[in-house]
Amino acid sequence: MMKKRKLIINITAVCLLIISLLLLQRLLMPKYVSAIVEGSLIEEYYQETTGHDVIFVGDCEVYESFSPITLWENYGITSYIRGSTQQLIWQSYYLLEETLQYEKPEVVVFNVLAMKYDKPQKEEYNRLTLDGMRLSPIKIKAIQASMTEKENLIDYIFPILRYHSRWDELTAEDFQYMFKKKKLFHNGYYMRVDVRPVTTVPEGRKLANYRFGDNAYYYLDKMVDLCRDNDIDLVLVKAPSLYPYWYDEWEAQIEEYAAKHDLLYINFLELIDEIGIDFNTDTYDGGLHMNLSGAEKLSVYLGKVLAENYGLKDHRNDDVYKEVWEEKVDFYYDMKAQQYYELEKYGYLKSFGAKPPTS
Amino acid sequence: MLFTSYSFIAFLALLFTVYYLVPRRFQWMLLLFASYLFYFIAGPTYVIYIFVTTLSTYLVSVKLESLNKAQSAYLAEHKDMSREEKKEYKASVKSKQRKWLAACLLFNFGILAVVKYTNFAIANINAVIGAFGGGTQLSFLKLALPLGISFYTFQTMGYIIDVYRGKHPAERNFFKLALFVSFFPQLIQGPISRFSDLAQTLYKEHSFDSRNISFGIERILWGYFKKVVLADRILVAVNTLIKNPDTYQGAYVLIGMLFYAYQLYADFTGGIDITIGIAQVLGIEVKENFHRPYFSKNIVEYWRRWHITMGTWFRDYLFYPLSVSKPMLNISKHSRRLFGEALGKRIPVYLSTFIVWFATGIWHGASWNFIVWGLMNCVVILISQELKPFYDWFHSRFNVAGKLYFKVFQIVRTVLLMSSIRMFDCYRDVPMTFRMFGTIFTRFSFKPFFDGSLLKLGLDLSDYIVLLAGLIVLTIVSVSQARGSVRRQLEKKPVLVRYAAYYALILSILVLGAYGVGYDSSQFIYNQF
Repeated sequence: MMKKRKLIINITAVCLLIISLLLLQRLLMPKYVSAIVEGSLIEEYYQETTGHDVIFVGDCEVYESFSPITLWENYGITSYIRGSTQQLIWQSYYLLEETLQYEKPEVVVFNVLAMKYDKPQKEEYNRLTLDGMRLSPIKIKAIQASMTEKENLIDYIFPILRYHSRWDELTAEDFQYMFKKKKLFHNGYYMRVDVRPVTTVPEGRKLANYRFGDNAYYYLDKMVDLCRDNDIDLVLVKAPSLYPYWYDEWEAQIEEYAAKHDLLYINFLELIDEIGIDFNTDTYDGGLHMNLSGAEKLSVYLGKVLAENYGLKDHRNDDVYKEVWEEKVDFYYDMKAQQYYELEKYGYLKSFGAKPPTS
Repeated sequence: MLFTSYSFIAFLALLFTVYYLVPRRFQWMLLLFASYLFYFIAGPTYVIYIFVTTLSTYLVSVKLESLNKAQSAYLAEHKDMSREEKKEYKASVKSKQRKWLAACLLFNFGILAVVKYTNFAIANINAVIGAFGGGTQLSFLKLALPLGISFYTFQTMGYIIDVYRGKHPAERNFFKLALFVSFFPQLIQGPISRFSDLAQTLYKEHSFDSRNISFGIERILWGYFKKVVLADRILVAVNTLIKNPDTYQGAYVLIGMLFYAYQLYADFTGGIDITIGIAQVLGIEVKENFHRPYFSKNIVEYWRRWHITMGTWFRDYLFYPLSVSKPMLNISKHSRRLFGEALGKRIPVYLSTFIVWFATGIWHGASWNFIVWGLMNCVVILISQELKPFYDWFHSRFNVAGKLYFKVFQIVRTVLLMSSIRMFDCYRDVPMTFRMFGTIFTRFSFKPFFDGSLLKLGLDLSDYIVLLAGLIVLTIVSVSQARGSVRRQLEKKPVLVRYAAYYALILSILVLGAYGVGYDSSQFIYNQF
């Protein structure tokens, strides 16, 4: 009897400890709601209830350059951007592999700037991409491919080991969004309506070697194979960001690769005039990223290409999507209005992760 | 593999599981394998050093014992020998044994000397050459210092001396001796165990004992709390203060001195808690190395309660033999004749004390700061002994002996004294240590305590709160230890209280611990010795 009682106490104690740890973990993890909002990009995908025609993967150049709502409104294309800050190509690959566990798109769009990185870069950026992924064997592979020397797999599996030191930085936001976070993005698109025109464009510094690394090519090959095996068309794009600098040598390699693998490649840097991108009005950070105006122009162009080349259906009258997307459109315009309001009132996007103007 | 690394924790978890799954007669073999694996991971070449020490000690110990046996057999066969003949024969055997022992000590301390002290010797030779205007300088050697060599060499040499003294027989199983030498939890920072204490518990079969295991885990957690929550947190401020001596002087030196005392205590005792806890989970009893040292009322008592196994090693294997050695007895004879009975009899004791503290200093590290640190301890101890009559008179004259306030005064005095001597360990430079110590008196100001300067040492307010709370917890636990094992006391508490304590310990390590990204994981301070 005593033994049984002791056993029950011990099991209860262990369960309580595990629950406490899980709760603490949720509390201590950064919420990425009012600052560094990009950290919430990846996890928002799991709230989706319907599939998509197009999936975007890549770094900030995808989640700031293309607007799924514009694609929907103009062409009835359903799309989702699984982009994140400095998303490395192996992360894009594993995110795509994971996405295919949930749905099967017609087209995958990959932004090729990530080819410039051949090795894991920074823990902070890894976190912004990997923490949002659901725990799965694919996530483990993504972590293993991404870790820098000082990182440990266990810190990703049990993020409390990474974020424990936030205990003295907790804010009301950490408690408020402990279990459920508000929606911040538009199918992975990070809306910014503010404008900061291009003043100077830094020249690209000379590189010792312009060839993309073997590891980058390895994952690009894997992505091509993955798409081919799933009967998905892969489209390579280069967003029209003026920097980081896109070298001619890099362009040549991508062109050659696309030709060799019979892939469509669109370099938007060469289509700036055709699309009508104006770097005085279409960027919010001096040419690094598109703002809403720029993203909408690019999306109109890309949507046309996708609709014409890949015969994507117009779902605007499809009951399965209509209601869901109407809600998304409403959210889009509400946020747009709110951003313009804040811009006028405060001079910057106070509630949207922007920093106040320095001068 | 750091004690605080995930890989070490995984290593422990795996070992604990397998240890109680394998047939009990194989447990010690598993420990030997785990110990060598641990050592191999630390540095594959280190294994050669520990193996050579083990092998040489094994061969000599067996030889010593065979000489003993041969002697017994010879004496049994020759019962008709006269007393004088027997004495002469025994002396010849003892002489042979002494030669073997000397060879073994010379060989193993020689290895330690070469790897640890060669570059120190070269640096001093170069300094002398430079002082005499010589242009040629000797090049330093690139020698790897095997992990824990000071600890396992001392432990092994203690073993061979005990065999020589006939305190216990030689271990005939080479692999069992190898386990005694390499038992991984105590390999890197002690305790320095005696064969007579450890062997039986190390080799015997251990069945699964949930209470013992629970106690062991509690001790491990307590050790981790001290190490990762307290020692590694305060380390940041200690490093800032010590590495910028031009900036941080006066009151900062005092702050650094006290912070280092805190860090060293939490670090070293935490490491020993982890060691003893691991051993306890394995069913093995390892000697305590600390007995509430910061409650000592004088420096002699402090050294009886701090790093106990090192202190007793020096006492039993250096101080006592030295005190009764022929040269020392001769010195005693001459000094009594020259300086009279009272002073003359103290001279050999002081000389032995001096040698022991010189050895203790240099054992801690191959540099002058450690030697001076050792000698400073020696000076304070000798002065205390000389002043004992005065202290006794003072205590009785003012009736303070046994009074609580006076005990507190004595404790604070001892902590301050020990902390100030430890500054040689902090700055690692003798002239600088004296200079910095001087600034406590010449440039002292209360400003740093109130103007927010303390928040610029790498610690913020929350860190100070944790450290203060930690200090309170350490004090409460230390006070409770006076009534016996805290774990046993906790065991008797109601379930809720008990589990609240366990939760607090686990959660504070996980949440408040200074580990992971953003923290540089730190070695235990005593690893380097």
